[in-house]
Amino acid sequence: MIKVTTFVDNYQTINMELLSKPWPWWVAGIIIGLIVPALLILGNKHFGLSANLRHACAACFPANVKFFKYEWRKEVWNFFFVGGIIVGAIIATTVLANPEPVKVVPELAAELQTYGITDYSGMVPNQLISWESLFSLRGFIMLVLGGFLVGFGSRYAGGCTSGHSIMGLSDLQWPSLIATIFFMVGGFIMANLILPHILML
Amino acid sequence: MSNVKEFHSPSAEEIAAATNAEFDTRLLDTMCVNESQLKHPWWYNLKYAAVGLVFGLAFVKAEIVSWFRIQEMFRLQSFHMYGIIGTGVVLGAISVWLIKRYKVKTIYGEQIEFHNKKFNRGQIFGGTIFGLGWAMTGACPGPLFAQIGSGAFVIGVTLLSAIAGTWVYGYFRERLPH
Repeated sequence: MIKVTTFVDNYQTINMELLSKPWPWWVAGIIIGLIVPALLILGNKHFGLSANLRHACAACFPANVKFFKYEWRKEVWNFFFVGGIIVGAIIATTVLANPEPVKVVPELAAELQTYGITDYSGMVPNQLISWESLFSLRGFIMLVLGGFLVGFGSRYAGGCTSGHSIMGLSDLQWPSLIATIFFMVGGFIMANLILPHILML
Repeated sequence: MSNVKEFHSPSAEEIAAATNAEFDTRLLDTMCVNESQLKHPWWYNLKYAAVGLVFGLAFVKAEIVSWFRIQEMFRLQSFHMYGIIGTGVVLGAISVWLIKRYKVKTIYGEQIEFHNKKFNRGQIFGGTIFGLGWAMTGACPGPLFAQIGSGAFVIGVTLLSAIAGTWVYGYFRERLPH
């Protein structure tokens, strides 16, 4: 009996260790790929997260704008989906927390050091994305303007990475391919040409 | 089981009605245009929360919501994010193809529907604007929620700002080039 218990304990320890380490890209890719058919088969739902931002507008401050006058209650499933994401993220950072700092490629680490970013303990750089930082010019631009561009741009484009790049491309929709290409164009311009100037503020 | 019986295939009139203006607007602007004919109690939505939970785990554990991984992606310094999105698209495409090929139905027996997206210039202008914000915050709308869950509560401000951005788009929509 003792042997069996030890075996089970060891097995569980190994499993927890495996789960706590950062997951490889292919595991995440498989999970994301399977979300597409899971939502379709569970209830004919199309994967798309930025729609929640619109539903939030429609639910809280429609302000007689035609774009927000629709039956948002029919889309409540997506709020549940987001609620699940938050709970999953909490579990991942508590029960399955990775004790080690985020590993960053040396080239990026060297560049970030010149902007005073040296703390890799969180998913986001604490020296950049924190309450204290919010009240600096650099932090305000990144957190407030950045968020605004994400919300404005994703709705203008008719979807975000999930709706266009995953769901749209999975359904071979060419407008989604165009949107995805321009997501990347915007990202490359910001990360390489504009962001270094903001980070130097 | 009585719920399932309420479902019926859409008639010609219903399909015609479905192509009205409101439907077009929703088709263009949100991803979820499929109207379920079923009326379920609220807790039926918990299954979507369960799917979201697995997604949230993967978001954080594979560091998709990490600002650092997004910077590496846009600087072409790492394969990680390309591998994730690439695998997701390939598996998603195979799944969608199988669902269409074998006319797979939902667990409630409804027909799974797909709608073609229409091209408009918003995908170019809005896409670029979105990309600028994505590289700045290191998060698209899904990871925003996961970053908050991972303890970065200040991202709540970013989320509110994203909702404000969506609202401003809605307000100026008619005046923007599409």
